[in-house]
Order: sequence, then C-alpha cells, then structure tokens
Amino acid sequence: MTTRGRLTLFVLSAVGLTAVLVASLTGLPRFGSDAGRYGRLINRSAAVERHVPEAVGAVTFDYRGIDSFGEESILFAAVLAVALVLREQLDEDDLPYKLDEDPGAVTAGETTETVRLVGMTFLPLVVLLGLSVIGHGHLTPGGGFQGGVVLASGLALLYVAVDAATFRTALPDGALEPVEAFGLSAYAVIGLLGLVFGSAVMDNFLPFGHLGRLVGGGTIPLLSVAVGIEVAAGTLLVTAQFIDQLVRVMRSRSAR
Amino acid sequence: MNATTVVQLLLLVLVAGGGLAVVLERNPLNQSMVLGVFGLTLAMLFLALQAPDVALSEIVVGGFVVPTLVLVALAKAKDHQ
Repeated sequence: MTTRGRLTLFVLSAVGLTAVLVASLTGLPRFGSDAGRYGRLINRSAAVERHVPEAVGAVTFDYRGIDSFGEESILFAAVLAVALVLREQLDEDDLPYKLDEDPGAVTAGETTETVRLVGMTFLPLVVLLGLSVIGHGHLTPGGGFQGGVVLASGLALLYVAVDAATFRTALPDGALEPVEAFGLSAYAVIGLLGLVFGSAVMDNFLPFGHLGRLVGGGTIPLLSVAVGIEVAAGTLLVTAQFIDQLVRVMRSRSAR
Repeated sequence: MNATTVVQLLLLVLVAGGGLAVVLERNPLNQSMVLGVFGLTLAMLFLALQAPDVALSEIVVGGFVVPTLVLVALAKAKDHQ
C-alpha cells in the first residue's frame, strides 16, 4: 500500500473513531461521580466482615480469590512460554557460569565502582520493601503481585551491580523453579483447604483476628505471600532468561 | 475546582504529553527510557485518581518489566543484523 493510501485510510479511520469516542464519552457519568454499588458495598462490609482495612486486598484474595488464581496461572504460563521460546538453540553453545571467571569475559566489562556501590546499597532496601509490600497485602495498598515484582527487581540488582555469573549462581533455575511452583500450588492448596475446613473452595476459614494487625484477615495474608513468592520467582526466571540472551549477544560481539 | 482536580488535570496533560513523547522518539533505545518515564506519569495519575494498588502495579510493570523486555529484544535484534 502506498504512503498516500495508508494516510487516507488513517484519516478516514481517525474520523470514524473520533466520532464514536465523542459519542460514548459524552454519555459517561460525570467525572468523579458515584463509584458504583459494588464499590460502596465493599467499602461498607470488607473491614467489618474480614477485619481487613485493605478492601482491594480483601476483594483480590477473598471475595474474588479465584480470579487471582487465574492471574497467577497466567504469569506461570507466561514464564513457561518465555523459557520455551528462549531455550538453547542447536547453534548456541552452553553458558557455563563460573564465579571466578574474568567478569569482562561474560559482560561487556567490569561494572564501575559507583554502579556497584549504589546497586549493592539498594539491593537490601528494595528486597525489604518488596517483602514489606507482600506481607502487608491485607493492610496497605499493594499485595502479592506488586510486592513480588519489587522483590524480583531488588534481587535483579545483583546482575546490575555485579555481573551475570553472580546473579545466575546465586539464583539458579534449579532453585527458582521449585519456589515458583510452590507459590502456585500453595495458593491452590489453601483454596482447597477452604473446602475441607470451610464451606466452599476459597472459603476464608482461618480466624479473622483484629482489624489492622499484621496477623489477621484469615487466609488473605497467606494467599498474598503465596502470590508474592510465585511472582518473584517467576519474574526472576524471566529475567534470568533475558540475561542469558544478553550474555550470548555480548559473547558473540566480543568474538567478532 | 479544588486542588485534587487541578492535580488530576495536570497529570492527565502530562500523560498525554508522555504518550506523544513515546511516539515521537524514533530511536528504540531512547524510546524504552521514555516509556519508563511515561509509566511513571501514568502511575502518578492513577494515584491522583485514588487507585494506589493500580499505581503500584503500573510502577513495577512500567519501570522494570517493559524496559527490560524492550532492551533485551533490541540487543537481540541488533545482534542478528
């Protein structure tokens, strides 16, 4: 298609889209008006019924807990797909990571002192932040997924601050994969235990405790931790696959 | 027109500008960084609209996952040329 033809098609589509957008946006309720019946109901009842101040967490892990299981499984499948697509090809040689290897041989060069210092300073802070967001999933905004990715990004600082060999040796696939699987199955097991000890699958069967305490809300903090573990391990696995690809690129570049 | 509305309006304009900046930046390497900043403005908008969980998700996804994906894909594509 010629440039002119593409431009004509775009203009026609843009006019049609604008018309539809304007028609639909003018029909919406006023900006900032009523949140909806379900929102008001949750605001009224979540803290009272589940003793949990974070209503979003109560919805994600209790009232609509099965949805979060689906989301967790999606991440699991995505990690699997990435590992499948980026698997070792026939023309690629193995990547043995040796810790005492010259860092310049694996990465483009040694990381500078500044990067190393800042990275290693922030690593424990970000890991702690991630653990805090996961653990307070039923108290503050955040929860399993957000805290899990923060935790993974904190541990990925090991690659940024040092080198790929350290990252892959400290967090090998053989350790991350069982942890990820444990996170996913823990969620499923807790859900099934709801059937055993409660009235239905995903039933919140543990005692609710006091409002605002770290230990409380029944199964909500446990499910948040399970999701956090699974998301952190899955994100680290994906990051590890990407780092392998980057190392291959740098090796082929230095070989040329 | 109270302070909250002003902040929301300002952030909406910033988000629109950020989106335009992502599209107008043609170099993919620079574009990944602009994408990260755009994700941050989007997260601030979500926060101003009183959705902190969504804002946190947008920060982690837009700040860590998306730039990583883009940069690794870029490195691989450049290597294959």
